[in-house]
Amino acid sequence: MANSPASAQHDDDVLRDGFELGFTYTRSVGPVIGAFLTGLRDGKIVGIKGSNGKVICPPTEYDPQTSEELSEIVNLPSTGTVKTWSWISQPHKKHILTQPFAWALIQIDGADTSLLHKVDAGSEANMKTGMKVKVRWADDRRGFITDIACFEPA
Amino acid sequence: MREVAIIAYHQTPMVRDAGAKNDVELVMEAVHGAKAQVGFKNTDIDFTCSGSCDYLGGAAFAFVGALDALGAVPPISESHVEMDAAWALYEAWIKIQTGHFDTALIYGFGKSSHGPMHEVLALQLDPYYTQPLWPDQISMAGLQARAMMDAGKLTEKQMAEVVAKSRKNAKANPNAQLKGDYTVEQLLAEPMLSSPLRKHDCPPITDGASALIIATREVAERVLAGTGKRPVYITGIDHRIESHQLGTRDLTSSMSTRIAGEQAGVSKGKVDIAELHAPFSHQEILLKEALGLDNSTVINPSGGPLAGNIFMSAGLDRIGAVATRIMNGEANRGVAHATSGACLQQNLVAVLEGK
Repeated sequence: MANSPASAQHDDDVLRDGFELGFTYTRSVGPVIGAFLTGLRDGKIVGIKGSNGKVICPPTEYDPQTSEELSEIVNLPSTGTVKTWSWISQPHKKHILTQPFAWALIQIDGADTSLLHKVDAGSEANMKTGMKVKVRWADDRRGFITDIACFEPA
Repeated sequence: MREVAIIAYHQTPMVRDAGAKNDVELVMEAVHGAKAQVGFKNTDIDFTCSGSCDYLGGAAFAFVGALDALGAVPPISESHVEMDAAWALYEAWIKIQTGHFDTALIYGFGKSSHGPMHEVLALQLDPYYTQPLWPDQISMAGLQARAMMDAGKLTEKQMAEVVAKSRKNAKANPNAQLKGDYTVEQLLAEPMLSSPLRKHDCPPITDGASALIIATREVAERVLAGTGKRPVYITGIDHRIESHQLGTRDLTSSMSTRIAGEQAGVSKGKVDIAELHAPFSHQEILLKEALGLDNSTVINPSGGPLAGNIFMSAGLDRIGAVATRIMNGEANRGVAHATSGACLQQNLVAVLEGK
């Protein structure tokens, strides 16, 4: 190992590679979830038209009520409305945000369902059901839900 | 349909930290306690089914280790669900319906003191839209509570009343973890944990295990004859699930509970007692409405999950708590409810009767 005297002497001779314990296969997310995550990478939000014509965002592969397979992707703006929220006064390290924030269900404008994400509003007093919010995009976007860093008051 | 009855139930004390006791030791105490009630040996049990969460153990197939509690000889017919053990009971009930088995042992266990529950439970969420954000069960329950408040279906005072009642009822439950006399005013003066939820609105972190034995009418009548206990028949049982996407659901009602309750026949007779698996205070109010229960039904006489919440067995414990009271003649007909997933995503309802 690197900290033993023997290897320290011959450090340049040792072949090294990073190692992360995990399942190293690649998952395909398919045409619906894939469209949403690819959209995020490009700084866009999409939804999908449900069987009753209502727009579901984030898009689901099947209609939550009728189980019908869905395919009609709809472009949506990056603004929305807080439908309900709860407050985190002490974020933990997985939350990325280090300051207190709100979890919220956010109905993206033009959609009929809501998306779970974080709202960085500074303090609990600034949070209100029905408030308008907009996406704060992450600097480095790779096709994950975390490409939305959080939402912020619009 | 074959008539199936609950004939024994045993729960370990519900504690914040069971210390050095491992899953096997907790399960042994529960299983041997239930078997001793009816004098069962391993050869009297046709089928065994358990419910637990491998994420708590921290390894795939962690539940296999708990089988050590049962004894290796003779070989047994066994199954497991990665769900609350109430669903293990459902599987066992179906197995008896097939006619292949006449008796079944069901057990559930959870040692939640091991690690950070807010991270462990996040791992079970949808891996694309939800899990990478690491929301925890308490924050998600908070979304539901606020949605109910905004819809005019809930007040903070009602939530505190549920908690005060739970801890008062739990005083008579020797296994309960949280009990005592609290006023609504005292509870409302407590600080927020994850607004709009205070710490007491959330279930305690609990270590423990429980076991329950079911049998056909013939076996049940023979085994309980002369004991002063009566078989508790499962006269209705059903379970339903809703979308895993919180934002597509109406969080202020529980459609899946309502349908399961209708299918199980809750309203076909007077409900003396109901044990509702409401880990969060507001959910008791929501479930009571979904099941159409009124004030003539005593809700959570054991104290319910707010007084002790063995993760993955708290639903089976609701069934066991109702069964114990009917078995002893304190009630004739009761409803037990179990839940799984965030914000009451999946729900099971069982109607239990003494006859």
